[in-house]
Amino acid sequence: MSTRYRKEKAWYALFTAPLMIVFATVVIIPFLIGIGYSFISWDGIPANPKVFVGLDNYTALLKDHRFLTSAWHTIEFTVLALVLVNVLGLAFSLLVTQKLRVSNVARTLFFMPNLIGGLILGYIWQFVFTDAFKSIGEHTGMDSIFYNWLIHPQTALFATVIVFAWQMAGYTMIIYVAGLQGIPDELIEAAKVDGAGRWHRLTRIVFPLLMPSFTICLFLTLSGAFKIFDVNLSLTKGGPNNATELFAMNIYNEIFGYGHYGLGQAKAIVFFLLVAIVTLTQVILTKKREVQY
Amino acid sequence: MKTTSRSVGSVLLVLLSLAFLSPIYLMLVNSFKDRAELYRNALALPSSFSFQYYGKAAEKMNFMTAFGNSLFITVISVLIVVVLASMTAWMFVRTDDRLSRFLFLLLVSTMLIPFQTLMMPLMQVMDWIRTNLHIPMLNTRGGLIYMNVGFHASMAVFLFHGFIKSVPVALEEAATLDGCSKFGLFWRIVFPLLKTITVTVAILDVIAMWNDYLLPSLTLSDKALRTIPLSTFYFFGEFTIQWNLAMAGLVLTIIPVVVFYLFAQKYIIKGIAAGAVK
Repeated sequence: MSTRYRKEKAWYALFTAPLMIVFATVVIIPFLIGIGYSFISWDGIPANPKVFVGLDNYTALLKDHRFLTSAWHTIEFTVLALVLVNVLGLAFSLLVTQKLRVSNVARTLFFMPNLIGGLILGYIWQFVFTDAFKSIGEHTGMDSIFYNWLIHPQTALFATVIVFAWQMAGYTMIIYVAGLQGIPDELIEAAKVDGAGRWHRLTRIVFPLLMPSFTICLFLTLSGAFKIFDVNLSLTKGGPNNATELFAMNIYNEIFGYGHYGLGQAKAIVFFLLVAIVTLTQVILTKKREVQY
Repeated sequence: MKTTSRSVGSVLLVLLSLAFLSPIYLMLVNSFKDRAELYRNALALPSSFSFQYYGKAAEKMNFMTAFGNSLFITVISVLIVVVLASMTAWMFVRTDDRLSRFLFLLLVSTMLIPFQTLMMPLMQVMDWIRTNLHIPMLNTRGGLIYMNVGFHASMAVFLFHGFIKSVPVALEEAATLDGCSKFGLFWRIVFPLLKTITVTVAILDVIAMWNDYLLPSLTLSDKALRTIPLSTFYFFGEFTIQWNLAMAGLVLTIIPVVVFYLFAQKYIIKGIAAGAVK
């Protein structure tokens, strides 16, 4: 009996230990010592001393003007991105489920930008917002709308929202399509018989039944927008004048740019807490509103 | 009446999706123009199709090396994730004790941690391993593969776990009576049943790893090891941007993605939906 038990244990270890060891060294240990780093002052050079400073880094980041500005811009960006991504994704999903012959082609095309990496997307759009926009402005005379968007703080942030939406709209579309296909046709037919118009069918029947898809899409866009880095880097590099330096990039610059390893790590811990609180709250709130039929 | 409104709808939908992809059009047409032509009009079709900028861009980006690096790192990482995560998830489901539940919860609860929270301490840990255990974790393909596996472990185990719960245990019991070892049991009986979820995990990880910039940028410093996103980044940083050359370079980086999409389109869209809904 006990050798059999020991054998079972050995198999268990053989199957799970390799992955758990990799996971522990890449995620768990860095996370734990990362908490430790947030209480010290260090410039990242191994020979230099690591000085324990208690909560100083956390009080410092509350007074860090650039960090607070970047936090505010991240919130602004996230709200705008959340709305634009989901409005587009939902609209696309309604369009491609109209049983048209070209629906599949359209779905394929709408989704394509999602496969291109954020870094490369940012570079493509850098060209669009600088040279192509200038060109459009010159040729159509609408140069009050089409000019270089990346040199003004506010339009540069909008530009980042647009690129993020371009990347994510197709992704949320796929999820909304899956949700729409799960709604039984009889329900829609019954509503038609009862004389409900297109708009009523949409707002009274389709949207409430789509709540699980809203939960997922809001979660994905919320956490994606909050953590945006690649697009931010290649589109504006945080410029002009740090106006589009979002959370993740501020942390990156604090650590690897200025060599403030302790302060930067304290920011990173705060960042984690914010991401966790915001996304979990959202999931709980929208889950409550899910209905059954 | 109905059919005409349908075909009008079809045409409009195609036009809308093409308009949506207009940045791709701009990228393509400008990759063929010389500088003067580009600045005259960035929107028009090119007057001639010459591939000279493609050649130059490929050379400057060291494209073939970068492509090889990206391919090697992505394929090996995904293979390891699939093998290790499916085995782990299966054990967790079939050995439903306190330890399994704890480890599973540990994996899942870390999924919310942003990469920026881990990046700096991770580099310290890898540096410690390099100096004290003499395993070259930094600036090697192997080290990057190791970290890729660690970062994608939780999501993969989570997806396999959810799927395996719905696989009936009866088959496995029959095989055990026949004297099959756990290893043989898993690979011969269980794994073939996991095909759909394996495809989902593989596709999600291929897309994420292929496009990843930040982790490779922190771990790889040798020019010869650069992946496609890395070489694109340096290509854009090296000189004041010559947009025609830049656009040709970007088209090159997108070709592998588009080819992959054309071949695996059905699986990608299904995989994305399945991966997100879980």
